Amino acid sequence: MSTFPASQMIVGGVFLLCAATTVAGALIAALTARIIRSVCGLAICCIGLAGLYYFLQSPFLALMEILIYVGAVCVTIVFAVMLAEPDEPVKEDKRASTILWGGFAFLVCVAIFWGLWQPGAHHDWTPPATRITDGSVAAIGKSLLTTYSLAFELISLALLIAIIGALAIARTGRTK
Amino acid sequence: MTPTPLPDRPDLYFAIAALLLVIGIFGLLRRRTLIGMLISGELIFSGASLNLMAFNRFKAPDPTVGQIFVLFLMGLAAAEIAIALSIIIAVYRNYRSVKTKELSELKG
Repeated sequence: MSTFPASQMIVGGVFLLCAATTVAGALIAALTARIIRSVCGLAICCIGLAGLYYFLQSPFLALMEILIYVGAVCVTIVFAVMLAEPDEPVKEDKRASTILWGGFAFLVCVAIFWGLWQPGAHHDWTPPATRITDGSVAAIGKSLLTTYSLAFELISLALLIAIIGALAIARTGRTK
Repeated sequence: MTPTPLPDRPDLYFAIAALLLVIGIFGLLRRRTLIGMLISGELIFSGASLNLMAFNRFKAPDPTVGQIFVLFLMGLAAAEIAIALSIIIAVYRNYRSVKTKELSELKG
């Protein structure tokens, strides 16, 4: 396949690094007690995810993932953390029911993961015979401005309404 | 026959996407503050995006469709975050807390 046999191992190692970064970031985001660490976990998860998007042959989406999630979403959440001091309450209730419900949630999650993973692992993933486009940035730009132009305009409208709505909601009760 | 290189195996992507979804659901169930639940919701969004992108790479005849879909998904997620955070700020102003246990009355 390639002239340099170790190159495939290196690519596989980088892929595993991206996957491990994604999962570790998600675990940090979901399990730490302090919210600011959770936001950092989300940022790490999104960086790993950008690497995975790169392996899925869409470098444009990898760029947008870092730009939107790490650059905008995480920073916005940090602002909210700064304004609202939302640390998890200290574990004052170490009752049996808390641990029981935690175990129940864990069981439910394991069941969902098993059910989702099994069909994907035992399926024959043959690629389609022909590809219409090559999925490059130029092809994305063309279909954004032709086939999906209405959705493109609608999403800009949705973002505008979201910004105005966010300003209006956050302003209420300010002069109290 | 050589084994498929790791980045070309769809089942790995689906496993990672399922893991993201499951971790997000676990966080949603276990978190006790609104911002923590919001972050878990973002993890679920990420899992959905990764799943779509994997299908787009391995199954779709037109590989731009999934990319554009995920792009729109990111835009909507950003809008959702803006709205949700402003609601959280408004809630914090009323209750001086964003712990879900204390937000127990409507029409304050």
